[in-house]
Amino acid sequence: MAQASYPADLSYHAEHDWARIEGEEATFGITWYAQDSLGEIVFFDAPKVGTRLTKDESYSEVESVKAVSDVVAPLSGEVIAVNEALASSPEAINEDPYGEGWLVRVRLSDPSEAESLMDAAAYEASLT
Amino acid sequence: MSATRAQRTLSFAQAADDELTIYERSKPGRRAFTPPPLEVPERSLEELLPGALRRPEPARLPEVSEPEIVRHYNRLSKRNFDLDTGFYPLGSCTMKHNPKLHERLAALPGNAKLHPLQDPADAQGALELMWRLQHALGEISGLPHVSLQPSAGSHGELAGVLLTRAYHEDRGEQRTKVLTPDTAHGTNPATVTMAGYEVVKVGTDANGNVDLEDLRAKATPEVACLMLTNPSTLGLFEPQISQIAEIVHGVGATLYYDGANLNAIMGICRPGDMGFDIVHFNLHKSFTQPHGGGGPGSGPIAVSERIEPYLPRPQVVRVERDGEVSFELDHDRPRSIGRLRGFQGNYGVFVRSYAYIRSLGAEGLREASEVAVLNANYLLARLREEGVLDLLPAAYPRLCMHEFVLCGTPMKRELEIRTLDLAKRLLDHGVHPPTVYFPLIVDEALLVEPTETETRETLERFARTVAEVLREAKDDPEIARNAPYTAPVRRLDEAAAARHPVVRQPL
Repeated sequence: MAQASYPADLSYHAEHDWARIEGEEATFGITWYAQDSLGEIVFFDAPKVGTRLTKDESYSEVESVKAVSDVVAPLSGEVIAVNEALASSPEAINEDPYGEGWLVRVRLSDPSEAESLMDAAAYEASLT
Repeated sequence: MSATRAQRTLSFAQAADDELTIYERSKPGRRAFTPPPLEVPERSLEELLPGALRRPEPARLPEVSEPEIVRHYNRLSKRNFDLDTGFYPLGSCTMKHNPKLHERLAALPGNAKLHPLQDPADAQGALELMWRLQHALGEISGLPHVSLQPSAGSHGELAGVLLTRAYHEDRGEQRTKVLTPDTAHGTNPATVTMAGYEVVKVGTDANGNVDLEDLRAKATPEVACLMLTNPSTLGLFEPQISQIAEIVHGVGATLYYDGANLNAIMGICRPGDMGFDIVHFNLHKSFTQPHGGGGPGSGPIAVSERIEPYLPRPQVVRVERDGEVSFELDHDRPRSIGRLRGFQGNYGVFVRSYAYIRSLGAEGLREASEVAVLNANYLLARLREEGVLDLLPAAYPRLCMHEFVLCGTPMKRELEIRTLDLAKRLLDHGVHPPTVYFPLIVDEALLVEPTETETRETLERFARTVAEVLREAKDDPEIARNAPYTAPVRRLDEAAAARHPVVRQPL
């Protein structure tokens, strides 16, 4: 994806992570800005299903040709699925960060935490 | 062909250029020597060596004639960009000139032909050189007890953290965490993890110094050590170092000095006086040794009194018996962390570094650091005059030490080229690019370290070259994006190489 985009239906964390909240579950990923800053991603260190994530804490790493970077949980919960396809094609995170490049699906332990996340406009404003 | 298969082929193809490997050049029966006629009765290998020690089949060694060997390696050497060819301002690596005098001394038969298993009684000169080098490094660092064993900076770091662990364990303490600043060299957290500790990052404040509040919050009794370099990887002197030492020592932790940036302070101030307990040196950086191509490094450590009992063994010691002075290997060190490598260290590096220290003397070392800092500040000023800082501002607008960090964010926005593109284009101008994308806390970082051995003309030419690349990119950013054009290989597909590495070539 060559052009910056921040879909309106997502919630954003200041550490450049997004969450697509659907009731008590959510999908997490990294934003367009994060993948663009990292450059070509070569590895995603997927957590195990069942791992408990704590909001604002690192739960994984992504490695690009430039650097290894922590991935921060935008919300707390338990991992119920990981994107297995990234093991063989981590480039999906660059090509489609909000679709094929999703990282984990989580059962939220406290959906009210979402109130502290930013909407697309606020996140985009925070980047400048 | 699947996409994956295509990528694999690509990553292999980019590595395999028209130069064959030495194995591919092999032809059965070719030799680079002719043995003289046998003067004793021939005996079979079976008779001389027990079966268990013999290979089932001969080793596959390349069979090549001498001119072919010479040409092969000579051609390969010309494809490399090296310090003897051009300016090499690779930040944090201190690519200073390696005086040719050192090569003459390292090649003296007493040095070059020394055998690692030689009896210490027959290697007194070498042991004395090592003892004197230990003494000099102790003086430069302000920490008197030195081990020359570690073979590289990262190995020195590991030694330092293992010493920290031995120190705490000896006091009956089990600590679990080691602090590193978020600007640290990647080897710091790697070392901490290897030594079995958890890494805790400490933030950087708005001026580029260690965030003292964050440090206070994280300096708990579980912390074993803080690993720091001063000047920092941002090229800035840490003025709060006394307070930092107080906080760290206050919770009973050790303070570790990463010697990567020692070139800025030699003979001016000493890590030991700043409150550090353990230091590693990069002899190959600060004290000259051809490096950067995987060549031998050396990462000695110097420690304070309280850490001394745990130093690796054996130690080189000076002994006086009945008025006779000799140099020995002291193995009697019961609390030592043990051996870190076979034999005594990379001796050839010791010779060069000792030669460097003795050639320059105390005054000369101080002058080297002063000029290193002056050159970095002069280069920064020239870049400003050339207008480069408008597009690549200094990450922290302060007086820099021996290196400085520029931030390429405005360049990326205005010219639509990245720091990587600028770096690659510099190669076409005969300059080795500075370090890119490090430290990680600076966006589009360019870390420039000119060193003291470059002339004013070289620095000025570099400033003009960077300005020229930016002017060119303003007209046509595609030129930089596709650079280099003159290097032996164009831009490699780093992502394919990392995603689908081909680490073994079939013979």
